[in-house]
Amino acid sequence: MNWLTSYVRPKFQALVRSSSKADVPENLWRQCPSCERMVFYRDLEANQKVCPHCDHHMRVGPDHRFNALFDASAFEAIDLPKAPADPLKFRDLKRYADRFKEAQAKTKTLDAIEAAHGLIGGLPAVVACMNFEFMGGSMGAGLGEGFVTAARAAVERRAAFVVVTASGGARMQEGAISLMQMARTTIAVDEVKEAGLPYVVLLTDPTTGGVTASFAMLGDVHVAEPGAMIGFAGARVIEQTIREKLPEGFQRAEYLLEHGMVDMVVHRFDLPATLARILGLLMHDRPRSAPPEPVLQLPAPEPAVAEDADG
Amino acid sequence: MSSLLDFEKPIAELEGKVKELRHLANGSDLDLDEEIARLEGRAAKLLSQTYAKLTAWQKAQVARHPDRPHLKDYVELLVEDFTPLAGDRCFGEDPAIVGGLGRLRGRAVLLLGHEKGAETEDRVRHNFGMARPEGYRKAARLMRLAERFRLPVVSLVDTPGAHPGVRAEERGQAEAVARSIETGLSLTVPFVAVVVGEGGSGGAIALAAADRVLMLEHAIYSVISPEGCAAILWRDAAQAPTAAEALKLTGQDLLHHGLVDEIVEEPLGGAHRGRGTTINRVGDAIERHLAALAGLDGGELRRQRRDKYLQMGRA
Repeated sequence: MNWLTSYVRPKFQALVRSSSKADVPENLWRQCPSCERMVFYRDLEANQKVCPHCDHHMRVGPDHRFNALFDASAFEAIDLPKAPADPLKFRDLKRYADRFKEAQAKTKTLDAIEAAHGLIGGLPAVVACMNFEFMGGSMGAGLGEGFVTAARAAVERRAAFVVVTASGGARMQEGAISLMQMARTTIAVDEVKEAGLPYVVLLTDPTTGGVTASFAMLGDVHVAEPGAMIGFAGARVIEQTIREKLPEGFQRAEYLLEHGMVDMVVHRFDLPATLARILGLLMHDRPRSAPPEPVLQLPAPEPAVAEDADG
Repeated sequence: MSSLLDFEKPIAELEGKVKELRHLANGSDLDLDEEIARLEGRAAKLLSQTYAKLTAWQKAQVARHPDRPHLKDYVELLVEDFTPLAGDRCFGEDPAIVGGLGRLRGRAVLLLGHEKGAETEDRVRHNFGMARPEGYRKAARLMRLAERFRLPVVSLVDTPGAHPGVRAEERGQAEAVARSIETGLSLTVPFVAVVVGEGGSGGAIALAAADRVLMLEHAIYSVISPEGCAAILWRDAAQAPTAAEALKLTGQDLLHHGLVDEIVEEPLGGAHRGRGTTINRVGDAIERHLAALAGLDGGELRRQRRDKYLQMGRA
């Protein structure tokens, strides 16, 4: 697919923001992983990385999401704390410390999550977005810390909390510490819910493992991108261990919609308007200039005996 | 003993010889007492030496030992008036998770736990302790029941992990696990969990987001099985012993990292060599923690539980 390289005029680079902090690739053409047709890079970017031929939604990172989801692409990044690196001194074929540093250098971020605040449909929102480019969006202590920080920023600002998931699951290199992030992120979600604020999950390709089995499936509303792979166990694991034949479209967004796990599958182009509508309804169109205290009396959080845990 | 682990073979050989000599001595005038005592001493020494420095991989094998006490054994010895409650009220009943009401050392509790099953048929029936969404939904339902009647929740964790299957995915395996974790974290009644065997990933924490999490001395608790981790990171499942070491999945490791609260000592040679002792020690520990938690206000209890988990992974 790298057969054609050419020159990108600087004004195009400025015009179309790169989807990740990684360098804009040299090659001007990209192959769609779904229909395998070649797409001119500029067209692809202008089309929000949705294949103009087959409508396949390619993966995009936090920068792209923030620009796309916030009103007028206006947002402010939320500083996320640094978590202790490599708590187990883990080493497989490579040292985790090295993998981690490489990922940081590649993405120019601290870990697989970034957060920003701004307005969506005129309403205050904090968006936390996972970055699949960073070690497969895996969840370790750093991600947990970032998630908690972003959730609390939403509570402080009385903003909606929107989480964009993209993850292979727990970060094995942090052992049981990564497992405990499932509990930690769940607590952060419940803090948002108890504050009476909307928690909306935007599930994107791929969302699997411990991330799906914690905060990704606890949203007030679940929105998924078309074709996104969403599941708990990996398809290969299921095939190998259970020797079951996988049905057509298994673990795709549309399949989850059919099985009642997501509320809607929404095209990337329609996400900003959809989120604005959902938040507008859930937050009763609370105007931008609203005082810090909510206009509406929200139900008291006590006793929060898993009111929303009816399975 | 019906099952022998590889590293236990030299011990078993000595024990076998003792048995043989005893048999010989019985039917003759030979005085073998001294020899028997010598061999017994050697076997005991070897056992204690072996178990004093089990590797992570060996612990994984002990944790999965088929003769290790399972939920049913704990219930039999520790729980009076056990009243199993079935079903998730949505779809079905999952025998991989057993739950019910009962009296533990006189205290009415809600007991939950994975059941791996004992004999082959039983194991299949319990799906080797790998729960489907119904299991986690039943667990969450029973936790809510406990909340309503102010009963403390006790859970015994022993699972290779959540069942990976097409139907389980369709019925929302991930959502069921997430909801069970959320329910546990939201309780305002005391919640004590004990990892008695294998604490396999999300399927384990679904029943272990507790105020106090204890582990048996040779139990393991991990984000992924050593075999699975080796297959992914080493691209070779045979590297499981190396992965087990790297994952830091022993109780001692988890205690060191502040992820569990206490280790319950096993009898020499592991829980499978002293089932009754093990069960009673677990019972003692649960009783002690429940007594300590009983005085706390519900809201305070939940706040402390949350604070505990929010700290995990911080320096």
